[in-house]
Amino acid sequence: MSIATLEKQDKKALSTNRTDNWWLEPLVYAIGLGLFLVYATWAAFQGKNYESGPYLSPFYSPLIIVSWWKFSPAFLILWIPAGFRLTCYYYRKAYYRSYFLGPPACSVKSPSSTYSGETKFPFILQNLHRYFLIGATVLLLFLWSDVIKSFNFNGKFGVGVGSIVLLLNTILLSLYSISCHSFRHLIGGCMDSFKCGYQFNLYHKISCANEHHMFWAWTSLFMVGFADLYVRLCSMGVWTDFRLL
Amino acid sequence: MKEAVFKIYRGDSSAGKEVLYKVPVEEGMVVLDAVHYIQRNLSPDIAVRWNCKAAKCGSCSAEVNGKPRLMCKTRLDDFNLNDEIYIRPMKSFPVIKDLVCDVSWNFEVNKKIKPFTPKENTKWIMKQRDVDRVQEFRKCIECFACQNVCHVIRDHNLKPKFAGPRFFVRIAGLEMHPLDSENRLEQLKNEYGIGFCNITKCCTEVCPEDIHITDNAIIPLKERVVDRFYDPLKMFFRKILSRR
Repeated sequence: MSIATLEKQDKKALSTNRTDNWWLEPLVYAIGLGLFLVYATWAAFQGKNYESGPYLSPFYSPLIIVSWWKFSPAFLILWIPAGFRLTCYYYRKAYYRSYFLGPPACSVKSPSSTYSGETKFPFILQNLHRYFLIGATVLLLFLWSDVIKSFNFNGKFGVGVGSIVLLLNTILLSLYSISCHSFRHLIGGCMDSFKCGYQFNLYHKISCANEHHMFWAWTSLFMVGFADLYVRLCSMGVWTDFRLL
Repeated sequence: MKEAVFKIYRGDSSAGKEVLYKVPVEEGMVVLDAVHYIQRNLSPDIAVRWNCKAAKCGSCSAEVNGKPRLMCKTRLDDFNLNDEIYIRPMKSFPVIKDLVCDVSWNFEVNKKIKPFTPKENTKWIMKQRDVDRVQEFRKCIECFACQNVCHVIRDHNLKPKFAGPRFFVRIAGLEMHPLDSENRLEQLKNEYGIGFCNITKCCTEVCPEDIHITDNAIIPLKERVVDRFYDPLKMFFRKILSRR
């Protein structure tokens, strides 16, 4: 039987038969991720205005100040959350679509002529996601300690808007980490048979959180940027932290 | 009566073109109904593969307005009927005639997968909590919409090296089966090319059975491949333990 393929047609990059606004989603992701990247890089390079009263910016936590490090202290720790998000299964989808156009949307032709996926360097390093998860979990412990400190105003319990911002930020970051695919694998995904009902229940709960991984990824990204901005503006005196209690 | 305008790919082994048809719209009509109307009244030689008309056989896959869908599950009231509706065959597979594709490559891939192999002296008892996880994968109706939309097959034509999402779903069902003893991870990495998948989730978006292909099948399999081949600590401990 002689057979023709439609494959030979539509060779042009980004060609598609879709009639909807397929470009909107990758464009929004590109802008969202781009804005965060620009702000986070700028904030990390500042090396100042990261503390205000009991508040510490999450970009600088834990605060490591050593004499041999001549750059901003943020760079000593930011590579861990950056690596965690860069290798995250959700963000991979977002930036492969938005920045690498591989593909930009479903049924839209990818412009690259050669493709090796995640089988070769550098993308084979995505497989190290679980190690970044461990690093990010350690950082979370410091962030929770910062949240506790943020309710301590000169030795007395108090609540400022900044305390709420830092608390909300840490809750969202925790949910983002808990809903991680690698964590789900660690808890029970690696087994064919669950050891006990408790393990299954935990796995089931993490799976429920995992279904909303994209939501936690975006909300935590926005919140961590906002938390840094809040502390920074308080520290610069641009706005004053409002005490609720 | 309201009319819908369709542009349907008509072609044979040598060439093809889009042909315009006008179809009267009835309440509750799906795209396959319109194609049947055309076959019955306007163009009896139009080729279309279908069987159950209930989204269970997976035969009537095509691209409606550029998106892979089951024609029997795509309602006309989802579209603006003032615009033309385009129906084309699946792009990733060779066209035999009109909307009918040759999907036999998929069956060849399927044959190569190591089948379910129970452990020796298996007690045929499974816990519901273990079965639940693999049950989702049994919903697959082999419509091959996921294979069609996957850019690894569609744009890069890596068919010989890459099995595609449908078969990752099948392998996940076997690998996670509590009574299976076969190990398919090496095959998965080397023959089925799971590393080519870059998690862009198009397979999940188009699945008419709502199987969470990427989150529940491909990513867990990728994590198991990492355990076996890429996790330096696990590899180190495995080496030490195997020496003892």
